Amino acid sequence: MNGASDVIIVGGGLMGSSAALFLRGHGISVTLLETDLIGRQASGTNFGNVRRQGRPIHQLPLANRASAIWRRSRELLGADVEYLQSGHIRVCYRERPELVGSMEDYAAKARLEGLDLELLSGNALRDKFPFFGPDVLAGSYSAMDGHANPRLAAPAFARAAQKLGAIIHENTKIVDAQKVGEDFIVTAANGRTFRAPILLITAGAWGNALSSQFGEPVPIVSRGPNMSVTEPVPYAILPAVGVMTPIEEETVYFRQVARGNIVLGGSTRGPSFPDQYRAYVEPQNTLTQLQQIRRLAPALGKLNIIRVWSGIEGYMPDSQPVMGPSATTSGLYYAFGFSGSGFQIGPGVGETMAEIIATGGTDIPMEPYRIGRFAKG
Amino acid sequence: MAEQRIIIVGAGPAGTRAAQACVAAGLQPIVLDEGRHAGGQIYRRQPDNFTRPYTKLYGTEADRAQAVHDAFDAIRDRIDYRPETLVWNIADRHVWTASGTGQTALPFDALLLCTGATDRLMPVKGWQYAGSYSLGGAQVALKSQAVSIGHRVVFMGSGPLLYLVASQYVEAGAAVAAVLDTSPFSARVKALPDLLAVPSILWNGVKLTQAIKRAGVPVHLGVTPVEILGDPDTGVNGVRFRDSGGKEQSIACDAVAMGHHLRPETQLADLARCAFAFDSHTRQWLPERDGDGRASVAGVYLAGDGARILGARSAEASGTLAALAALADLGLPVDKGVTASLRGEVATYAKFARGLATAFPWPSAQAAALPDDAVLCRCEGVSAGDLRAVMRETGAQEANRAKAFSRVGMGRCQGRYCGLAAAELIAAEAGIPVDQVGRLRGQAPVKPINIGIGDEK
Amino acid sequence: MPVMSRFVRLGETDRPPVTLYVDDQPVTALEGDTLMVALLASGGTLRQGEFGPEKRAGFCLMGACQDCWVWTSSGERLRACSTLATAGQRIVTSQPESTWPSNA
Repeated sequence: MNGASDVIIVGGGLMGSSAALFLRGHGISVTLLETDLIGRQASGTNFGNVRRQGRPIHQLPLANRASAIWRRSRELLGADVEYLQSGHIRVCYRERPELVGSMEDYAAKARLEGLDLELLSGNALRDKFPFFGPDVLAGSYSAMDGHANPRLAAPAFARAAQKLGAIIHENTKIVDAQKVGEDFIVTAANGRTFRAPILLITAGAWGNALSSQFGEPVPIVSRGPNMSVTEPVPYAILPAVGVMTPIEEETVYFRQVARGNIVLGGSTRGPSFPDQYRAYVEPQNTLTQLQQIRRLAPALGKLNIIRVWSGIEGYMPDSQPVMGPSATTSGLYYAFGFSGSGFQIGPGVGETMAEIIATGGTDIPMEPYRIGRFAKG
Repeated sequence: MAEQRIIIVGAGPAGTRAAQACVAAGLQPIVLDEGRHAGGQIYRRQPDNFTRPYTKLYGTEADRAQAVHDAFDAIRDRIDYRPETLVWNIADRHVWTASGTGQTALPFDALLLCTGATDRLMPVKGWQYAGSYSLGGAQVALKSQAVSIGHRVVFMGSGPLLYLVASQYVEAGAAVAAVLDTSPFSARVKALPDLLAVPSILWNGVKLTQAIKRAGVPVHLGVTPVEILGDPDTGVNGVRFRDSGGKEQSIACDAVAMGHHLRPETQLADLARCAFAFDSHTRQWLPERDGDGRASVAGVYLAGDGARILGARSAEASGTLAALAALADLGLPVDKGVTASLRGEVATYAKFARGLATAFPWPSAQAAALPDDAVLCRCEGVSAGDLRAVMRETGAQEANRAKAFSRVGMGRCQGRYCGLAAAELIAAEAGIPVDQVGRLRGQAPVKPINIGIGDEK
Repeated sequence: MPVMSRFVRLGETDRPPVTLYVDDQPVTALEGDTLMVALLASGGTLRQGEFGPEKRAGFCLMGACQDCWVWTSSGERLRACSTLATAGQRIVTSQPESTWPSNA
């Protein structure tokens, strides 16, 4: 037996790393186990949107909690994760005017949850955001949202947790987890074992492999985000920008980092292979994405792409994560399957899971995320 | 039987000979070339309206250059040659090409990667200044444009190209201020047994060095580069180095041609998902291949300097050999005698190449000694000190991890020019062998593509 | 201030001249010159570096290092080492101002 602590966290992404940090805040001892290196898949390869709007209304309390953490991330982490509160704008195209109504409806409900959105169209939209193409009809602007650097975020949370005493083992792939008596015993591929009375699974696309060991399989599917980045150009585009549309291919987004590169994301997701720990960008998906980007912001059409990438994300059929206590095993908790939308809420998830583990409950609505929703019969 | 779809990437000596072997077997390969004209880098052709003869352009290799060009011209009408075409990604047995904003996805049964090499660079403080060029770049300037990279040029680094390009500059009438070689004379003595594998190239090298000295150009061996002096607006104005005796010297110049031999362009092999292995002799990660050029992925073949640096002569042999391997795998008849003789040729050049690596060692210690304020990654402007600070703060010791945190190798060139030195710096800083640092994963696009790609407007 | 040339022509000078415009100034090059040679035979640098104070003038001349990108006056990117200079080209050596996305 190598390690004993109050809590074992399996999965060193943003969820696991931030949970470790906040558990330490509650004075709880934590061991965080990561197959590879911290934050290298979904947490490190996503677009970096720190966006509340567009999330289900029931998720906004969690998103608001996360926003507050992003805002104080520099002090909290002692590191710069390039969080820019430069706004987020979500637009719809002329061919789908009915979405303007959806935007208005969403804004009215979001306001009740403390998220202020400004609806813009016509000259007001183009004066404020002159880069939109003629197809863009209207937009919903959230001034208090923004973006951050995913490559830096989860590792910064993990380092902060470590400084507060969390024990972190990278390159430690967990092959077995079971409850023996009052404790969970977790075994790594290298034979090391770890013991704790509480187990939190934050293993992303690999979450099902562990939840299944406790009789709770979930229908998770792994996909890879479709990401590109441009050469650096003068910093001119402040908000993160995304398209609201029912068509996956049209769902693109972009953001400019302060150094000048523009990160492009979205359109068709690619395949990813959790067993091989690899994800690939399909060339056709890159081309489709670029075509959609030209439509959204024609001026970007002259820029060069210098790199594309993907990662391994876990998707649930209802696009909602598995989050909260196990339905079969006391002391077992989950937070995985964030379905390509986990980055912004990540620190809020960590804080909430820590709160649940430390205090036994939370005011954050958790019902939509119950693992039991997938149980047969 | 349907026509076998063979795609050859690159039209240098390896790609040309590979195409020739395919044509001889009655096939019509597609040859994709980033260049405007076939020839590759070492046998790069000058523009059509230039008039210098082969002997002037290629020196001792004039006959070989001419033969490769003639071979290409002879098959030009029997292949599908696509110049100025970038292969930017490979997936599902298709290569994805870009040419301006035009694009295609081409299916293949056999893919021969003859992607050539670029200079291997060891950063020197000040190498970001205008007027610093790679040795290969200095040679391209002269060969394909008849210009010198400066009014007074210092050649600094090591490797055969150092002397070849310096002598070509001298011969063309350029002002060469000095040749500064980081490798000591003793290394050459040690390398002699291997170098004798190909006495003609060895002898050519000796003659080049003599010609440089005869022209009155100072040649210093065993130097340690200290700094390329310069001004942000006007560029390079000198070079500072320590001579073999440890004494610091400065030379005024407005251009520096720098490099330490070559590194293979392996990104496409990476995107084709070929396995790589660390080569301890050159301290580089190379795509695995069998003696005939078969990569670990079925249907993918590697030849020429893009697979490993064995030189242009070897590239001709390995290009043919890889094509014959592909033809054999496609069920076409191949002369085993020819194959055996080509294998022997490549083995001889491999021995010579080992000699070159011994004679002109990669000065890995220079990376460890880079001062904190020296730019390490030219694209992103990341200094050696920036990388060291990131390592201290984050504990990053793996190449891609260090890149993710520090941006070293994250810029437009994708780490071609800083990646190997950054790995050495990381290894030294972390106190681990350089192979444990790993290698930067190749990422599409292999070179920048325009967002307008595929736009039919 | 007179502009120093960086590159020195060592031959092949018996070619027809072509005139292009660099930052609105006429530049005479020779037919067959790359843009890089056209610009550096009549000036010292190609562009401003993004992340340091220094100006850049290319590095590898073989399309690998991506250091020599310049722009046309309408915002297209050209790799100077692998693009031929042509008569009447209008080249700019600095990125458009931060109003660039509005100029679609």
